[in-house]
Amino acid sequence: MAITCKIDGIDVCVADGTSILNAAKEVGLKIPALCYHPDLDAWAACGICVVKMKGSPKLIRACAVPVENGKEYITRDAELVDARKAVLQLILSNHPNDCLLCGRSGNCELQTMAADFGIREQPFAENFEPLERDESTTSLVLNPEKCIKCGRCVLVCQKLQGVYALEFIGRGEKTRLAPAADVKLADSPCIKCGQCSAHCPVGAIYEKDETAKVFEALTNSEKHCVVQIAPAVRVALGEAFGLESGELLTGKMYAALRRLGFDKVFDTNFAADLTIMEEGTEFIHRFTQAPQELPLITSCCPAWVDYMEKYANDLIPNFSTCKSPQQMEGAMIKTYYAQKAGIDPKNIVVVSVMPCTAKKFEVQANDDMSSVLKGVQDVDIAITTRELARMIKQAGIDILSLKEEEVDPLLGTYTGAGTIFGVTGGVMEAALRTAVAKITGKELGKVELDAPRGMDGVKSAELDVGGKKVRIGVAHGMVNIEKVLNEVRAAKKAGKELPYHFIEVMACRGGCIGGGGQPHGATDEVRAKRTAGMYKDDEISKIRCSHNNPEILAAYKDFLVEPNSHKSHELLHRKYNKRPVYNK
Amino acid sequence: MAYKNYCLVCAGTGCHANTGEEIYQELVKKARDLGVEKDVQVVKTGCFGFCEKGPIVKILPEEAFYVHVKPSDAEELIKEHIIKGRMVNRLLYKEDDKKTDTQGKIDDIKFYQKQLRIVLRNCGFINPEDIEEYIGREGYQALAKALTDMTPDQIVEEIKKSGLRGRGGAGFPTWMKWNFSKQSSSDVKYVVCNADEGDPGAYMDRSTIEGDPHSIIEAMTIAAKAIGASQGFVYIRAEYQLAVQRLEIATKQAREYGVLGKDIFGTGFDFDLEIRLGAGAFVCGEETALLASIEGERGIPKPRPPFPAVKGLWGKPTVINNVETYACVPMIILKGGEWFASIGTEKSKGTKVFALTGKIKNSGLVEVPMGTTLRDIIFAIGGGIKDGKKFKAVQTGGPSGGVLTTEKLDTPIDFDNLVAAGSMMGSGGMIVMDEEDCIVDIVRFYLDFSVDESCGKCSPCRIGGRKILNILDKIAEGKGEMDDIKKIKEISEAMKRSSLCALGQTTPNPALSLINFFYDELLAHIQDKKCPAGKCKNLLSFSIVRNTCIGCGLCAKKCPVNAITAEDCEPLPGKKKPPFVIDGKKCIKCGECIAACKFKSVVKL
Repeated sequence: MAITCKIDGIDVCVADGTSILNAAKEVGLKIPALCYHPDLDAWAACGICVVKMKGSPKLIRACAVPVENGKEYITRDAELVDARKAVLQLILSNHPNDCLLCGRSGNCELQTMAADFGIREQPFAENFEPLERDESTTSLVLNPEKCIKCGRCVLVCQKLQGVYALEFIGRGEKTRLAPAADVKLADSPCIKCGQCSAHCPVGAIYEKDETAKVFEALTNSEKHCVVQIAPAVRVALGEAFGLESGELLTGKMYAALRRLGFDKVFDTNFAADLTIMEEGTEFIHRFTQAPQELPLITSCCPAWVDYMEKYANDLIPNFSTCKSPQQMEGAMIKTYYAQKAGIDPKNIVVVSVMPCTAKKFEVQANDDMSSVLKGVQDVDIAITTRELARMIKQAGIDILSLKEEEVDPLLGTYTGAGTIFGVTGGVMEAALRTAVAKITGKELGKVELDAPRGMDGVKSAELDVGGKKVRIGVAHGMVNIEKVLNEVRAAKKAGKELPYHFIEVMACRGGCIGGGGQPHGATDEVRAKRTAGMYKDDEISKIRCSHNNPEILAAYKDFLVEPNSHKSHELLHRKYNKRPVYNK
Repeated sequence: MAYKNYCLVCAGTGCHANTGEEIYQELVKKARDLGVEKDVQVVKTGCFGFCEKGPIVKILPEEAFYVHVKPSDAEELIKEHIIKGRMVNRLLYKEDDKKTDTQGKIDDIKFYQKQLRIVLRNCGFINPEDIEEYIGREGYQALAKALTDMTPDQIVEEIKKSGLRGRGGAGFPTWMKWNFSKQSSSDVKYVVCNADEGDPGAYMDRSTIEGDPHSIIEAMTIAAKAIGASQGFVYIRAEYQLAVQRLEIATKQAREYGVLGKDIFGTGFDFDLEIRLGAGAFVCGEETALLASIEGERGIPKPRPPFPAVKGLWGKPTVINNVETYACVPMIILKGGEWFASIGTEKSKGTKVFALTGKIKNSGLVEVPMGTTLRDIIFAIGGGIKDGKKFKAVQTGGPSGGVLTTEKLDTPIDFDNLVAAGSMMGSGGMIVMDEEDCIVDIVRFYLDFSVDESCGKCSPCRIGGRKILNILDKIAEGKGEMDDIKKIKEISEAMKRSSLCALGQTTPNPALSLINFFYDELLAHIQDKKCPAGKCKNLLSFSIVRNTCIGCGLCAKKCPVNAITAEDCEPLPGKKKPPFVIDGKKCIKCGECIAACKFKSVVKL
């Protein structure tokens, strides 16, 4: 049913249930709000988005209240501006005003709003309680002192991710953001996906900054520094430099990394192709010879692996034993590349640039992540897209004016299948491109598959592969996975046909393009643009199936022998462990 | 079997806590020991309302009203009243001014004379732990009528005719809530009773449940019939142990008697209810927070609409009414909406229970028709101010309300008049202040309460309340500035306009009362650095009047910080010893010296 109303004198027609804030957006009115985020149900905490409805004596929250038929709304007048300003000043009086020392300075939503409202003085006495930072994880830092209690992180963690690691503790003015049960974040159910940090409007949750370590390694002349870049970084990095979301920055990014001083620039997309070879082979084996080991569940996403080890460890046997592309690339750099280049792997520092905060956790998740040298990580430092952007700025590199450069050969060349790893459904699509070719013995005419694409939380399809039915499931946004897993559990328990043979899971909404380490401000609009960028990268790729990547073929011929070989298992595969949801 | 006498022992929270249970046990024991257990039935009842005089024992049929009874009085009461038929004069209630020995019927006691008991009709008359007694006083007749003779539409219509408005604070017409829920189509609907009473000093809901739990069960079942619900919840504070216990007994008995549960009265109508304990958060009295708490979520408010009547508990249509509202329902159904509407004022019908506390002679629960004046409640019923002090103001509406002064004493109290006067009905808390109460101090108390009880979700309330309180604290410390008044107004305005729920919107009310009605007293604090009521310690100094001090030194002996010493001088003419003097730097203004001095020589300045 459509609702017709007037907003600031403009006629608006929207679907029933549309909030005043979203209805106003339809006619180009952006009602200021601090706590509202389009990914989440309105929480109505900040009190900034108040508007008037004619005939109602009270101000109402535009974010949470749906428009009513025939009503007239006023979103801006002197009283509303004054009311919003007063609330903003109250919030500011309770917020440490050390903007210059804050990681969000420059793109903080509170700071921006204070500037927009022309706040020039603080009429109310300041008071806030000093609170301890939580730096217990290697991925994220919680600084509850900066928190404005907008609730976004808590809602993201609970409702979008289903993890329930974050909660508000205490009531009233003592309310503070903290890991659930007030334990340290590292001991909480946190999966380090970093969605909290991506949604935080201020500097209360942020990635653990490791840029200094990277600069140090780059400055150390004894170290050979090699960098790898994950697929989704190239479609989002530009946002930090004023480009439109989704704009491909691959070539300029390679150039900037060389300017930063990296000795070799490789691409994680290569390892994505390698993952397809390993995981595709694993799938074909299970599908054709060991159906009792189905479904096969992807393991590229470290937040998902963390979640699975804690919340769904009954399904460990169904997990692909493949490491993530980041870890495969690291292991290949310190073995294959090191041998070819004649460099002692001890002197190689592998830095990865990831759209993800959980990757920081993954580099030291277990002993398998140090598969080349005992006690030395295959990937030494994982930084996020946000950190790379800061490094480029700190180094004074004008990335936009750089000429595009090529990736270094050996572990850099990638196919269209490798690049779409950055988007939900991409791993599935890439794997199927190879699996179908291998099972049927025929290359696909049209490589694009529609079924795994799109923003539905769970996507499923049945595909005909050489006369056999392959049922696939794709889930993104951690909260959506439980439904898929429960279907599997129920079918197994009842001894029924499996609902899925192959399941892809990515913890973040939209996949890695919406990762917790990406530039701030992701909404579905932004995600759509980044996704389009990923598919464009696929389309412009000369080779679009992993098994046709010449560097992959060379790597097997020269080094790995064949997919799932003994060597592959030593370097490219891993084990999983049951872990408690809470550490004691 | 009829008894010669019925001995009703108040077992409301106040009397119960003050040896009421022992009195009951003693009376039972003595009656048995003295062989008259067949002549007298000793019954524990709900609250009589006249809590000032507790523990109270009433003996029927004489209606002897015994006050301040002790367990040791049991023997005398049985021997004299029950056996010999002679009233025990020394325990009988006496009006202060009359000095008469005895009081006859309850109706002769001034405290009760202007009261009209509908909500509290059974409190103090029946044993709340015995369903038979409730049934004996027309209990469950309204339910029978509603289930057998009335359609849901007729029930709602009767409530509409009665003009009943929600007693929880906002005064929303009850029939409208019921009607919204009735009209919402849904497979499941809920009926909820809000017993999360939280205003400081208010205890009418507690007493109603303790004294007459079946009236709530009956009313909720009627509401369920009206809207088509089969499940109810009573959300009650866990601290209300006695009420919870009596409600549990009552629901159990109601199920046994077939007035709750499956196929009630054989009509095929099913309704049952569960008791949910709240952890005592004030904001859980706000309906959306209450529902969240029942659902097991953090008790914090959500934006409305959608209103619970349409989308409430687990997203289903839910009627939520306060205890007192429900308590009116059976009588409305039995006697008709028109009867109820004949009581009260034009827009506020029926009666209202107030918890009268503070510096009042007769503390207690009073139920009066809407439209009764403050003067009648405070002076005629409440007996005026304690210890011959002067009336200063009365705070109504709890922490969300306001403070009313002498000029408002003749205001007929109803929902709308109280708002017009600058306060509100709230749940019916009424705290009376005398001339020695400092209004800045009282307002700080309420702000402190609200700051403590803010749920913390929305920023105007979470931050604003603390800011106002900090400013008031500063003023009480003698560090106030004129600019502070402006700031209080600004913050108050922000909170009223932008807070999500009524708690935040009304938290500044007491502070605004202070500015609007007690400006002179506020100015005295800010400009003259004086507290006219002598409460704000930082604005006081203690001093000894030299020429009346006889130098006895009693004050110095009592002083806990050795701030008082004898002056180093000759005795003043006509005195044997030199006067004493207080060292202002050491003095902690505890008042021990004032209490100690027999000559009233120590004074507050």
